[in-house]
Amino acid sequence: MSEAVAAKTALTAAPTTRGDLEVRLRRGAETVAVPAIALGAAAALFSLFLLLLGKSPLDFFALVARGAFTSWFSLQNTLQRAAPLLLTALCCAVPARLGLVIIGAEGALALGGLAAAGAGIALGGAPGAIVQLAMALAGMAVGGLWIALAGALRHWRGINETISSLILSYIAIALMNHFVEGPMKDPASLNKPSTHAIPDAAVIGTIPGTDVHWGLAVGLVLCVVLWLLMSRTSFGFAARIVGGNLRAAQLQGLAVGRLIVIACFIAGACAGLAGMIEVAAVNGRANASLVVGYGYTGILVAFLARHNPLAVIPIAVLFGGIVASGGLIQRRMGLPDATILVLEGIVFVAILASDTLYGRWRIFQPRSAT
Amino acid sequence: MSGDALGLWGVPLAVASGAIRVGTPFLFVSIGECLTEKSGRINLGLEGTLVLGAMTGYGVSLESGSPWVGVLAAGGVGALFGMLHGWLCKLPRVNDIALGIAMMLLGMGLAFFFGKPYIQPSAPMLPSISLGFWSDVPQVRAALEVSVLFFVGVALAVALWWAFASTRLGLIVRIVGDSADAARAMGYPVDLVRFLATAGGGFLAGLGGAYLSLYYPGSWSERISSGQGLMAVALVIFARWSPLRCLLAALLFGGAGALGPALQAVGVSEGYYLFYAAPYVLTLLVMALTVSPGRQLTGAPGELSVQK
Repeated sequence: MSEAVAAKTALTAAPTTRGDLEVRLRRGAETVAVPAIALGAAAALFSLFLLLLGKSPLDFFALVARGAFTSWFSLQNTLQRAAPLLLTALCCAVPARLGLVIIGAEGALALGGLAAAGAGIALGGAPGAIVQLAMALAGMAVGGLWIALAGALRHWRGINETISSLILSYIAIALMNHFVEGPMKDPASLNKPSTHAIPDAAVIGTIPGTDVHWGLAVGLVLCVVLWLLMSRTSFGFAARIVGGNLRAAQLQGLAVGRLIVIACFIAGACAGLAGMIEVAAVNGRANASLVVGYGYTGILVAFLARHNPLAVIPIAVLFGGIVASGGLIQRRMGLPDATILVLEGIVFVAILASDTLYGRWRIFQPRSAT
Repeated sequence: MSGDALGLWGVPLAVASGAIRVGTPFLFVSIGECLTEKSGRINLGLEGTLVLGAMTGYGVSLESGSPWVGVLAAGGVGALFGMLHGWLCKLPRVNDIALGIAMMLLGMGLAFFFGKPYIQPSAPMLPSISLGFWSDVPQVRAALEVSVLFFVGVALAVALWWAFASTRLGLIVRIVGDSADAARAMGYPVDLVRFLATAGGGFLAGLGGAYLSLYYPGSWSERISSGQGLMAVALVIFARWSPLRCLLAALLFGGAGALGPALQAVGVSEGYYLFYAAPYVLTLLVMALTVSPGRQLTGAPGELSVQK
């Protein structure tokens, strides 16, 4: 009932159907144009950075194109990297709809991967599909609970979720290190402490005709499903009210705490699933390879996508490509691997600074509103 | 006396000395963040500033031969980073918390980028003061080696506390932080005050970074800080925005951070990573105990977005 009231208020506040298309077109153009300007500005700033170091920006972008997109081989590599980014970006994008800035995907991914490896090893003899299902459920449950904890602390204890989710992330990585170097360590893994390998039957295969594992498809499906959930269901509608106006949500009697915890659980489950996929499709076991920055790049992808799960798809592919071309840039241009981090940092700052551009140009404003 | 004469007594001793040794970067970052937050803005990017300061301090100390030049350079870079944050946050609709995350990633990226050549060589270190001259026990002497920078930090904390309580400048920062409208009505330039407070906060966090690389642990690596900068931000809330309580909280967190290495030193290596997580768990616990929903904390700047 409370949702019906909210829907009614939203309807009366919305423009009439005649102007609706124009409003949508102009607003839509703005949400594409502003990030595009920010990306352009970031590319220009980064080019300046390279020029100051005596490196050619043209070489850099040509190498990114070559290392990421122009050949079938590099494109497959890009898609492989995009798979975890889709899921870690969702970990930031879903709670963002409720006004929460969650940045703990890195830790939820690590713990999810560890739990998945544990489940896989425990179920050694079972059929592959059952082991995979158990691994996915274990990873999602652990990752989900981890981020849900940040949401619960936020709602019932008033702790800032940005700080707590990052601190939980450090705790998660410490826990993973503890288990990987202690109780769950495979004695044969000397140079790189790891858990035992998951059973062969549980390894996630590749999509026919490609070298890209099925994790990419899982990520794409989840982006679409969560977009539907957040924009086409009453749950998503209630969540957006919480994000838009917390006081209004409370006055309408929405169970704000439950919404926050559920959304955070979904978010963490995505990151945990990313960990499971990295274990089951790429590494074959849980170890420090899970902590390579997918969580942090995912935050950037989510912000660039303006927390829209559908927009996450192209941007995750773009950044998957940039990450994938890192090795080539390192070899050909003699730049350190942190070059990609600098580029990501500049893009991130530019995209946040570009928030100030919204509403500045009349062309994007519906005439009735001005 | 033999080396392990203290036995298990070495643990509390190591924790106590670790409170100072590990706590000093917390102290610098937290009083820096305290200054920024008193002006009504939150800078979550100090983790990045800390890492960038560590790299800059180390590199400059190595190139110039003087660790103090390195410390100043680290502070300068930190101030520049603070200025960037302060300037961008002035723009309408730019979110200070999200921008802090971006600055954190940018700071780390720049530090790793320029820090590659400094991972191997050893730079001149900061001096320390020996307060353990009265003892014959080597552990006691080692434990009472205290960095000069710690005393600088204590002096800065006291100075900042005094400035907030009894100077005109401190009052202006507090007015801006409590009510931007009131400050504007009184004719104070809100954006400028916040810009300077964020730059000052960045300067202090940069000093904390130089301490990391030039005193303890005393080398530059990409894992030099794992969240100390962020914990220090949480610590300011725990300290209820008082520079003096920041000092106490920094020592508490330093002690927690020293627990793992201290136990390892006496042969308890089981669960090393769990002890390593102690300061993070402590951070969450103290935040859960000090903060409560729907109630403004005493001493909290009214304009702070983290409080809303």
